[in-house]
Amino acid sequence: MRVALFLTCVNDTLYPDTGRAVVKLLTRLGVDVDFPMAQTCCGQAHYNTGYRHEAEPLARHFSDVFGEYEAIVTPSGSCGSMVRELYPRMGERARAEGRGDTLAATLAPVVPKTYELTEFLVDVLGVTDVGAYYPHTVTYHPTCHGLRGLGLGDRPRRLLQAVKGLELAELPGADECCGFGGTFALKNSDVSAAMGTDKVRNAESTGAEVLCAADNSCLMHIGGTMTRLRTGMRPVHIAEILASTEEEPAV
Amino acid sequence: MSGTYLGMPAFPEAAREAVGNETLRGNLRHATHTIRAKRAKAVTEVSDWTELREAGKRIKDHTLRHLDRYLEQLEESVTAAGGIVHWAADADEANEIVTQLVQMTGESEVVKVKSMATQEIGLNEALEAEGIHAYETDLAELIVQLGKDRPSHILVPAIHRNRGEIRDIFRAEMSEWGRPAPEGLTDTPAELAEAARLHLREKFLRAKVGISGANFMVAETGTLVVVESEGNGRMCLTLPETLISVVGIEKIVPTWRDLEVFLQTLPRSSTAERMNPYTSTWTGTTEQDGPSTFHLVLLDNGRTDTLADEVGRQALRCIRCSACLNVCPVYERAGGHAYGSVYPGPIGAILSPQLRGTGSEIDASLPYASSLCGACYEVCPVAIDIPEVLVHLRERVVEGGEVTREGNKVVLRPAKGHAAERAAMRAARWAFTHPGALRTGQRAASRTRRFHPRTLPGPGRAWSGTRDLPPVPAEPFRDWWLRTRGGKDGAK
Repeated sequence: MRVALFLTCVNDTLYPDTGRAVVKLLTRLGVDVDFPMAQTCCGQAHYNTGYRHEAEPLARHFSDVFGEYEAIVTPSGSCGSMVRELYPRMGERARAEGRGDTLAATLAPVVPKTYELTEFLVDVLGVTDVGAYYPHTVTYHPTCHGLRGLGLGDRPRRLLQAVKGLELAELPGADECCGFGGTFALKNSDVSAAMGTDKVRNAESTGAEVLCAADNSCLMHIGGTMTRLRTGMRPVHIAEILASTEEEPAV
Repeated sequence: MSGTYLGMPAFPEAAREAVGNETLRGNLRHATHTIRAKRAKAVTEVSDWTELREAGKRIKDHTLRHLDRYLEQLEESVTAAGGIVHWAADADEANEIVTQLVQMTGESEVVKVKSMATQEIGLNEALEAEGIHAYETDLAELIVQLGKDRPSHILVPAIHRNRGEIRDIFRAEMSEWGRPAPEGLTDTPAELAEAARLHLREKFLRAKVGISGANFMVAETGTLVVVESEGNGRMCLTLPETLISVVGIEKIVPTWRDLEVFLQTLPRSSTAERMNPYTSTWTGTTEQDGPSTFHLVLLDNGRTDTLADEVGRQALRCIRCSACLNVCPVYERAGGHAYGSVYPGPIGAILSPQLRGTGSEIDASLPYASSLCGACYEVCPVAIDIPEVLVHLRERVVEGGEVTREGNKVVLRPAKGHAAERAAMRAARWAFTHPGALRTGQRAASRTRRFHPRTLPGPGRAWSGTRDLPPVPAEPFRDWWLRTRGGKDGAK
């Protein structure tokens, strides 16, 4: 199976470790991973801030880059839901504006082939035990777009529960938003910070060493709050936990 | 909408104060979390909740699509049943009609059933200006009115107050309005409720005019429906000689049978009750029973304009249950007042900028008062995709475009204050459609990473004030990939 890794612009620029972990994990599971170098950004920040017309060229670019692959895997529930939920909507809006079916037809091929990482592992590869080893207490934060947008359900938790050495601690108020929300964190920074603080306090109450999520954007906000509050907890992307083995443990 | 909210600052400024108020945050947190858990339980008791939600959505969509027809049918039915129908295009017109109707009775006091429509138009203030005193009879509205406060929640207007604060308001203010609070009133709920009951009973028995809204209007019979928990509404609807109901035109349902759906979804979504304790219906007038004169004021006030917007119109499905407020993490921190409208929370953030337009600072900021987490959409009993409408309205703010105002198509210009953001978005779009440019930028960031400041300038300051930034890695992923082909070339 020839799979394209859509790493997302945030991961590529700020969290290359997540990308390396995804490559390592998928390769270990026998998947032939390619990283199309022309990939950039799905356009979510543009779309969600109200710049739908600026997001359209990015969506078209995404389709051009990824259209030929059998599957597109991304370690981000948020960017995954952009493609799966909002690309079709962009096509519909263009049609409603009298611009015909061109955009919808351009975007359609990538929509059903785009998978968030945990979804790809469980639904496409059919595995929950990926042979990982991670001897730490971990609490899991299900990010909003993964949880409600893509409907990831308990897939990430099932994957974590199968990790050797990992102890999963329940996060109180798990399904509540951490307060990142893209440009929301800048436009409504006070409310965003209050939400982030509550999320971190809840995480601290579990006694876990690590807070794990399937989205680095949320982890950037939560992690930045953690260090500012001097909690001693670490934010870790789920891919890095799943890639960790006894031979090559993650830090 | 109500003039009382004019001149409100933008949402972020209004919210800042609330976020810093520990008592307020504690009150809101406690109240929203309690009702949130109860709602979740009440909903899981119903095996066909998903179907009920879909049915509610469809009934509302169908009605809105044929609103002209159903409104005419309603007018005929109400008139045939002995009621008098008035049409009000906006708040001023509605206030004028109601004021004149009260003046015709010669009364200077009215009792009110809790109603969002009359709050939306600022009716109490309009009546007061003409020397007519309007008494709110819903317990929470009473608390808000006595406290010279504003409602902070659609269903629980005094949600931001705790028991101690309510006792203090009763002790200090009740005597100004009528029967004073009993001596030695404590903050136990039973005592507070009894004090309110005694205070209100006096008003009910004296009033000759009642003013209400309605949760639903049934087109086929001209029946209005009010659902409530306390029974005060029924007192107002039955005891006075004259009843004036001010109702938004979107409250219509075609038939009695349609009510079946909403009488299940509304109470479970709002108060987490299986059925609301009081369901009152009135159809015109009946001799020797209830008010002998009945006026229905049908309120537009931006609703027809909202209906013209094919994405935003779904906001008119709203049955004012307030489930979206109770799950919203932004509402929980910011409180209802920050939304600058009688409709706070997620539904307010999409309804107010549509009913009022996005011209004011507060209305232009409301579509951004959300992290788009989607919890509101998930709980909405009529499936309003609030995040979708929020993003749609953001587009209206930053890009402008054609909208309908007072029935006319007008082209809005982009709102002020977004020029820098627009430029940044365009620049980002350019970089993201030119992969080489992105790579150059990434490399520059990696090379200069030792010199990156810990705090950010400009809009970035909002980030670094409360959060640390992640360090920029020595090498972006794509460079590692190029160097190693995903580790195949040996290097890690």
